[in-house]
Amino acid sequence: MVAQESHQHSAPQGFIRKWVFSLDHKVIGLQYYFLALTAVFVGMFLSLLMRIHLIWPTAVLPLVGEIKPETYLALVTMHGTIMVFFVLTTAPQGGFGNYFLPIQIGAPDMAFPVLNMLSFWTTFVAYVVMLSAFFVVGGAPLHGWTGYAPLSALQSAGPGEGLGADLWITSIALFCIASLMGALNFITTTLDMRAKGMSMMRMPLTCWSWFITAILGLLAFGVLLSAGILLLMDRNIGTSFFLPLGTINGQLTGHKGGSPLLWQHLFWFFGHPEVYIAILPGMGVASQVLSTFSRKPIFGYKAMVYAMLAIGLLGFMVWGHHMFMSGMSPYTAFAFSIMTMAIGVPSAIKTFNWLGTLHKARIRFQSPMLFAIGFVSLFVSGGLSGPFLAQPALDIPLHDTAFVPGHFHLIMGVAAIFGIFAATYYWFPKMFGRMMNEKLARIHFFLTLIGTYSVFMPMHYLGLAGQPRRYSQLTELAYLHPLIGLNRFMTYAAIITVAAQLIFLFNLFWSMFQGPKASDNPWEATTLEWTTATPPPHDNFGGRTPVVNHGPYEYSVPGAPRDYVMQSDPATVAAAH
Amino acid sequence: MGLVLLCVIWLITFASTYFFIAKTWWFPHGASASAAALDHQFAVTFILMGVIFVAAQLALGYFVFRYREQPSAARADYSHGNLTLEIIWTTLTAILFIGLNLMGSPIWAAERFRPAVDDATRVEVTAMQFAWYFRYPGPDGKFGIAKPELEDPSAGGEAALGLDPADPASKDDVVTGIMEVPVGREVEVILRAHDVIHSFFVPAMRFKQDAVPGLAIHMHFTPTETGDFEIACAELCGLGHYKMHGMLKVVSQDEFEKWLAAREAEKQ
Repeated sequence: MVAQESHQHSAPQGFIRKWVFSLDHKVIGLQYYFLALTAVFVGMFLSLLMRIHLIWPTAVLPLVGEIKPETYLALVTMHGTIMVFFVLTTAPQGGFGNYFLPIQIGAPDMAFPVLNMLSFWTTFVAYVVMLSAFFVVGGAPLHGWTGYAPLSALQSAGPGEGLGADLWITSIALFCIASLMGALNFITTTLDMRAKGMSMMRMPLTCWSWFITAILGLLAFGVLLSAGILLLMDRNIGTSFFLPLGTINGQLTGHKGGSPLLWQHLFWFFGHPEVYIAILPGMGVASQVLSTFSRKPIFGYKAMVYAMLAIGLLGFMVWGHHMFMSGMSPYTAFAFSIMTMAIGVPSAIKTFNWLGTLHKARIRFQSPMLFAIGFVSLFVSGGLSGPFLAQPALDIPLHDTAFVPGHFHLIMGVAAIFGIFAATYYWFPKMFGRMMNEKLARIHFFLTLIGTYSVFMPMHYLGLAGQPRRYSQLTELAYLHPLIGLNRFMTYAAIITVAAQLIFLFNLFWSMFQGPKASDNPWEATTLEWTTATPPPHDNFGGRTPVVNHGPYEYSVPGAPRDYVMQSDPATVAAAH
Repeated sequence: MGLVLLCVIWLITFASTYFFIAKTWWFPHGASASAAALDHQFAVTFILMGVIFVAAQLALGYFVFRYREQPSAARADYSHGNLTLEIIWTTLTAILFIGLNLMGSPIWAAERFRPAVDDATRVEVTAMQFAWYFRYPGPDGKFGIAKPELEDPSAGGEAALGLDPADPASKDDVVTGIMEVPVGREVEVILRAHDVIHSFFVPAMRFKQDAVPGLAIHMHFTPTETGDFEIACAELCGLGHYKMHGMLKVVSQDEFEKWLAAREAEKQ
């Protein structure tokens, strides 16, 4: 193939070309991963400050001091934005996708290595710009990660809505550009760079998930980019895309004719597919890991692929379910609601197939498997609160209450993070050539599973009782007073959960240098990354061009000498699939 | 390890379900005409989702225990799936989810598809950072003109809404900081916002609707019980969002008429 010709670049010499401005997808994958790792700790720290402030309002906290209402909302905004963009979009796709998509399909690199480097460094600049919003006059914006106009469009709407908000939008626009470049690269690589014998229907489900995620990104980020530019124009050069005639503190804003709902439509046209951008790679990893450690082929491979495609397609038709209370026509709610309920079908198919994979399996409980099982549990729990919120009638009491963050934290937050953990424990030996400590991993797993359930399950109860989202204090409304005790429990659980992440951090860095050496295929897995050296050489396969003869999950094949048949094993080992 | 996982997953499942069933934290008592149907739809959804939740989690816990690797056991089952099963569970979940959706639709339609009845109590609700104002049209039954350029939030009352004194219809308009309505009669709410988006949320009335600058959104609800009910702002509107609360007083028709007459008298 023509595209492959350009990839025969030789291994770079020198620190800068090798580790900083690298063209190697593996190095770029690690760069994305470590960027996301710093981001997740920043985002988690912010959420911890929020939880502490809700319970001890007068406490003076490290780095931020006394928390004022606008400080709290700045924490809300930055926690959400950093987690959604720089963790949930960056680690699973930019990190693991970059590192393993080419290897799993038998390619020497991504289709466009320079574009790949550019997309990482654009993401990096976006990240720096985002963090800089904390340090400007007025601080970070207080309009939440959804940035609803007019709050986000008027400089005088509150502290943080000055330069802080401009930096926030600029960062997101840069992130969109980076993601568009990344999406093009992933799609081209998947379509053009597969090894001989690697038909689409022989790709590991991880590759399918990265491919579908890239398509979603290509279609969604362009819309957010446009919306962000329009918002910057409303804020700075006097246009009125999102601003109707109105006042703020009794002063006319000088705008007229725009529509606040337009922002919501554009934002959620991106925002809902974004949810799937965050969770699809987790589904891919969960499938890969469940099959490997069950020593069983994935149950219903084709159904899994079609389910992911259906989720991706339907994901573009449901954005209005975020807007049932917004004032848009109540008739549209019917269509958005039916489409949203329809997404429950492929999601249920996936869950049933994961359970089917475990049925009559021979399960090995190594750390990646623990997190994959946790993923399934969280996916079920977070998924089943969806059909409540998908019904416009039930949104009347539930919309914008704590029920909503309870729902999406379990599914796109914690479940997606469990996907990232499963991927980390699973691929760590391949990336760093050493094994992680299993004992520490188990402690990390159980503390995180119980801890996150303890933080996010109670949010559903709070939502039923009517606790609104994004309240910096629960003292002002009398009906919220009885809920403070439960909130206190959640804060304690959050402190324990955050502490448990330090175990992970220690395990990660300690194992990187001190862990026992890993063999080329420590999990006895079947996909192509386990056929090459650990860590893989610059061109991934050391001059070899892999040929694929088998499906991705051939475990426990009757008559085969081992309980697994690798994708590149000779066709004669077992009947080809 | 299989047994530990089973215990932890089952324990999480039972604990989560217990607090839902015990209703330890639950909706406030519903005091509007729509509350019964809405709470029923919630209950139906809750039972269906609850059964799936418990069944799926118990199965997950059981499978990881039952099918753990044991030295004596043979290889895992070599199976790529089962098309019949896929078709069965796809069809069942499709019927379940779409059916649930259709069941809930009449409630939504009743709430949002028809305008308020003619003899409803009309109240204009205006949101601004960080207060609610309520306006009654007065004896003439007409809301007077309000102009953005006349708005003066620091003055409060009519001035905060920018009522135009030149308009005769605005002369008898009553503007209050508390929303008072009679029991057992539909209330038509006309929602406006001056600056940013707010959301008018009265948990006990099962009522919520965003107030959007540039739009006048007409909604209705019927209180069925007298009492004081808290109003919260449910859409992030700025630093005072958490303290942007109000009070809805539902009183008898007599009491309401007396109260409104007294407010009108104050204006003379």
